[in-house]
Amino acid sequence: MAMPIRWRTSIEEWIWQNSIDLVVYRFSKTLLFLVCLLPAAGLGWQWWHDRLGANPIEAISKDTGIWALRLLLVTLAVTPLRRVTGWHGLMRYRRMLGLFAFFYAVLHLGIYLWLDQFFLWEEILLDIRERPFITVGFATFLILLGLAVTSPRAIVRRMGGRRWQGFHRLVYVAAAGGVIHYWWLVKADVRDPLFYALLLGGLLAARLFYSRRVTALLHRSGRTISI
Amino acid sequence: MIIKKPADIRPSEITEPAIYRRRRDFIRNTTGLLLAGMTGGLPGTGAARPGHGGKVIQGIERGPFSTAEPPTPYEDVTTYNNFYEFGTDKESPARLAGSLKTEPWTVTVEGEVARPGRYLLEDLLKGQPMEERIYRMRCVEGWSMVIPWVGFPLANLIERFQPTANAKYVEFQSLHDPAQMPGQRRDVLEWPYVEGLRMDEAMHPLTILAVGLYGQVLPNQNGAPLRLVVPWKYGFKGIKSIVRMRFVERQPVSSWSRAAPHEYGFYANVNPEVSHPRWSQRRERRIGELRKRRTLMFNGYADQVAHLYRGMDLAKFY
Repeated sequence: MAMPIRWRTSIEEWIWQNSIDLVVYRFSKTLLFLVCLLPAAGLGWQWWHDRLGANPIEAISKDTGIWALRLLLVTLAVTPLRRVTGWHGLMRYRRMLGLFAFFYAVLHLGIYLWLDQFFLWEEILLDIRERPFITVGFATFLILLGLAVTSPRAIVRRMGGRRWQGFHRLVYVAAAGGVIHYWWLVKADVRDPLFYALLLGGLLAARLFYSRRVTALLHRSGRTISI
Repeated sequence: MIIKKPADIRPSEITEPAIYRRRRDFIRNTTGLLLAGMTGGLPGTGAARPGHGGKVIQGIERGPFSTAEPPTPYEDVTTYNNFYEFGTDKESPARLAGSLKTEPWTVTVEGEVARPGRYLLEDLLKGQPMEERIYRMRCVEGWSMVIPWVGFPLANLIERFQPTANAKYVEFQSLHDPAQMPGQRRDVLEWPYVEGLRMDEAMHPLTILAVGLYGQVLPNQNGAPLRLVVPWKYGFKGIKSIVRMRFVERQPVSSWSRAAPHEYGFYANVNPEVSHPRWSQRRERRIGELRKRRTLMFNGYADQVAHLYRGMDLAKFY
């Protein structure tokens, strides 16, 4: 009596498990895409319903900037997470996460150029030259722009994996730039930027730890490789 | 000053509906900009959140110093402001200032005066003519408002204390009580908050001590029960919840200039020519308006106050 039931159960489990994998595989990117749009949708909703307080432009400027930084850090977390969990499928989401960080950075810069400065280029250039947090923010945006335009597969192929990877290490500079940009903006209370600085520090430390370990392993097996 | 219970007057009735609607216009205009081509009605706005003040002040006179510009809605004035004693963002003061106890309130007067002492606030306010002053308020962060304060000239009070010839400056201190002011549990600034004015600035007829806004007692988050308003200076000079006035010979060190001397000076006069490391001061966003407007020298009060600074290098004494 017991055997067929167990047999049936395991078949069901197998089908169930595989259909989950299939759904995850087929729809997870779409789902992630929609999830990444939620902050923008939330801001749009609040704007529409006048829920952004007395200074809505400041509110959307700050929120889009913070989401750019958050998604940049999430992008940087993919590799360490993959190593910790062993779930290599995570890599499939990295490009989209990075591009969404860029998307929020574009919104953030766009709000500054348009709703904050109304394209007064004279003022904007003075800001970039005179205000350190804007200088850093602008430089960070240029890096993200470079990373975004070199993200399509065709360009990765044309650049060659190694050169592409070297160039994309600039993402660390961009993340540090984002944190500094935030840090220099606040007047006295550095709690929030400090939080993101610690997160970034943790992610960098995790990378360093793993790259050292990989180097050591390779070294022990008699090969050397630069990482 | 006679303070009565509110006669069923709500902030929304005091702010003219035309002014209230301005924000809806603003949202509508910008939404039009953002979503060009989209049509359809807009849902109604939410009700104004109540402040902590609200008692109506009786017998307010209209002074000659008010601007005719439309005042910023009560809701914005009372929910968007800096008051680090209640947190470093602009929403915390309105949320947390309920814990501030403003009665009884005493102000200690000390230093170079003939009549020092610890005064009850009621006694200080006795006989003061309450006046409405609609002033521009320019924050160092690049935004501005128009606020109908209720108060009286600081000079009236100072004369009563009879400062001596050695009194060159007056230093103000805010309440320091972390139990009532949760923001003081962290050292984002050195507590208590300190501000100061040169004696001629303090005696200037534009300088007032405010006890109300929009015809009602000051909500806690706006600096109840007694705050300074110096309309030609950046907002942070307007020290709130004052408990001490000290008359001194040497220039006081104000809280922000102690925290960041290269960013904030003692004078802090509104000056579009002298930029802050973080904010160009050439333009400002008036709360409720979309486009920025040009910032005026001394916040538009140059005719009345420029003579106070004749011969001074304002880039040096910022």
